[in-house]
Amino acid sequence: MIINGVTIDATFAEAFPMKATRAIITAQNEKWAMISAQAMTGFATSVIACGCEAGIERVLDPSETPDGRPGVSIMIFAMGGKGLAKQLETRAGQCVLTSPTSALFAGIDGGTRIALGKNLRYFGDGFQASKLIDGKRYWRIPVMDGEFLAEATTGQVEAVGGGNFLVLAESQPQALAACEAAIEEMRKIPNVIMPFPGGVVRSGSKVGSKYKSLGASTNDAFCPTLKGATKTDLSPEIESVMEIVIDGLTKEDIDKAMRVGIQAVCDLGAANGIKRISAGNYGGKLGPFHFHLQEIMA
Amino acid sequence: MSALTFTLKHRPDQGVDMSPLVPHLLEGLEPKEIAALELQTGKRKVRVDELFTISGSDTQAIVIKNSVAKLDFIGKELQDGSIKVEGDAGAYLGFGIKSGEIIVDGNVGLYAGCEMKKGFIKISGNAGDFLGGALPGNKMGMKGGTILVKGNVGERAGDHMRRGNILIEGNAGDYCGSRMTAGTIAVMGQTGRFLGYAMRRGTLLLWNQPQLSASFNDCGAHTLAFLPILFASFKKLNSKFADASIAFNRVQRYAGDMSEIGRGEVLVKLK
Repeated sequence: MIINGVTIDATFAEAFPMKATRAIITAQNEKWAMISAQAMTGFATSVIACGCEAGIERVLDPSETPDGRPGVSIMIFAMGGKGLAKQLETRAGQCVLTSPTSALFAGIDGGTRIALGKNLRYFGDGFQASKLIDGKRYWRIPVMDGEFLAEATTGQVEAVGGGNFLVLAESQPQALAACEAAIEEMRKIPNVIMPFPGGVVRSGSKVGSKYKSLGASTNDAFCPTLKGATKTDLSPEIESVMEIVIDGLTKEDIDKAMRVGIQAVCDLGAANGIKRISAGNYGGKLGPFHFHLQEIMA
Repeated sequence: MSALTFTLKHRPDQGVDMSPLVPHLLEGLEPKEIAALELQTGKRKVRVDELFTISGSDTQAIVIKNSVAKLDFIGKELQDGSIKVEGDAGAYLGFGIKSGEIIVDGNVGLYAGCEMKKGFIKISGNAGDFLGGALPGNKMGMKGGTILVKGNVGERAGDHMRRGNILIEGNAGDYCGSRMTAGTIAVMGQTGRFLGYAMRRGTLLLWNQPQLSASFNDCGAHTLAFLPILFASFKKLNSKFADASIAFNRVQRYAGDMSEIGRGEVLVKLK
C-alpha cells in the first residue's frame, strides 16, 4: 500500500490490556490548570520505568467542567489496578493538591471506583469536610490559598496501551515535522493519550538486551546509524525514524487516532521526505491487540 | 392507569395515622381491600372508605385530596413512587422516607421528613418544628435526600441532621441546624436565635446575616469552590433555588459551634 508516495508496511502494532482512569483538573484560569496537569502527567512516558503512562487528553471549556472553571482532562494508564490507584493518588497529592487554585474531579463516572481525593483528605488534619452532592462525594481540604476541592473517587476502566506507528524519513527534521503534524491531529481524538515527550518517541525499544539486567533495549533494526552493522529494517535512504505511541480506552479509539495520525504524515508525503510507515510488534506473541496498518488505512 | 386518589370526606376529630396508605403496602391490593384497610384515629380504628372516597388504581402515584392537618404520618417509610397531598398535612410527613417523593400543596406539621433516609419532599406552604429532625431521644435525624420548603419553617429545623439538604425559601425559626452532625441547610429568608446550636459539622448556607451566638467564630470572606457545584445540583428543582441568579460563591464563613467540636460552618452570602 502506498499513500502519497509513502509505503505503508504490511505489518501491525501490538498492544496490551491496561487499566486506565481519567481526572479533570480545574483552576482559576487555563494556564494554571495546564501547569497542574503537566506536573501530574510528568515522568509518565512508559510503564517500563515510570510506573504508569499519563498524558493530557484535552483542554476543557468552563462549560464542560464540574465547577465551571477552565480545566484540563488527563488520563493515566497502568498495567494493574493497584498500581494505577497508587500512581493516581501520589500524583494528585503532589501535583494537584499543591498547585495554586486547583480543584480535582472524576473524569469517568462508571467503572471500578478508585480513590481520587478520598485519602488526600487526611492532609486536612481533621479540618477537612465532605459534601455529598447528587450522589457524588467531594472533599474540601483547607489549604493556604483557600480550599482544595477534590471528588472522592474516579472510575477505573479496562483500556489498551501500546498502539504505535513508526515514521521513516529521509532526514531527522522531516521525521520530526511529520510526527508533529500527526500529533496535532491525534490530539483532537478523544479517549487517547500519546504519553511520550510531545507525543513522540525517538528511542523505540525491542524486548530484551545483551545485558541481563535490562528488559528492553534500543530497536537496532530501526537505528539508521546501524544500517550496515546489524540486521536492519531500513533501506539506504532512511536517515531517521520516530515513533508515536498511543494509549486509549478502547481499540477503536486507538484505531481512530492511528488513522488520523498516519494520514497527517502521508499528507506530507514523499515530497517531504517521508518514505515509509511501519509499526512495532513482537511477532504477535505478547499482546492480544493487533493494529494492522493497511487495514486501518484501507 | 390514573393515580390512586383518596378524597377526604370530612375533617376528622382526631389525628389519623396515614402510614398504611403508601405505595409499597398498597401494591397488588384490590380497591375493595384498600377500602377495607383500617386506620388508627384516636383510640379507634376506622375503615379507609369511612374517611375517604377512593378513585383511581395506580398505587405508585397516590393523591390525597382535601387533606387537613389531622392526617399524620403521610408517606411513612415510603420506598418508591409518589404521594401528592392537596391541602395541609399533619405531623411526621414522610417519616423515615427511603425513596420516592412527597409533594404537599399546603402547610405541614411537626417533624416533617423526620429521620428521612433518601428521597424528596416538597412543601409549598410552611413546615412546623423539627423539620428533618430526629425523634426525641434519637441521635440521628435526616440521613439523606432533599426537603424543599417554599414557606417558613419552625424551630429546630435539621435537629441532629446527618446528611442531605434542607432548602428553605422563607424564614427559619430558632435553633435552626441545632445539634447537626453534617449536611446542608440553606435559608433564603431570615433565621432566628441560637442558629446552629451545638452543631458539630455541616453547613448552614444563608442569604441574610444571622444573629450568631458567641460560640461561632468569624473565619473571614472566601470564595468556595464547592458552592457552584451545590447550586448546580438545585437546577432540577422547581424552586427559587434553581434560579442561577441566586447562586453565589463569595461568603463570609463562621466556624462553630465552638462549644462542640466546631467543624460546622455558617456561610453567609456577601452582598
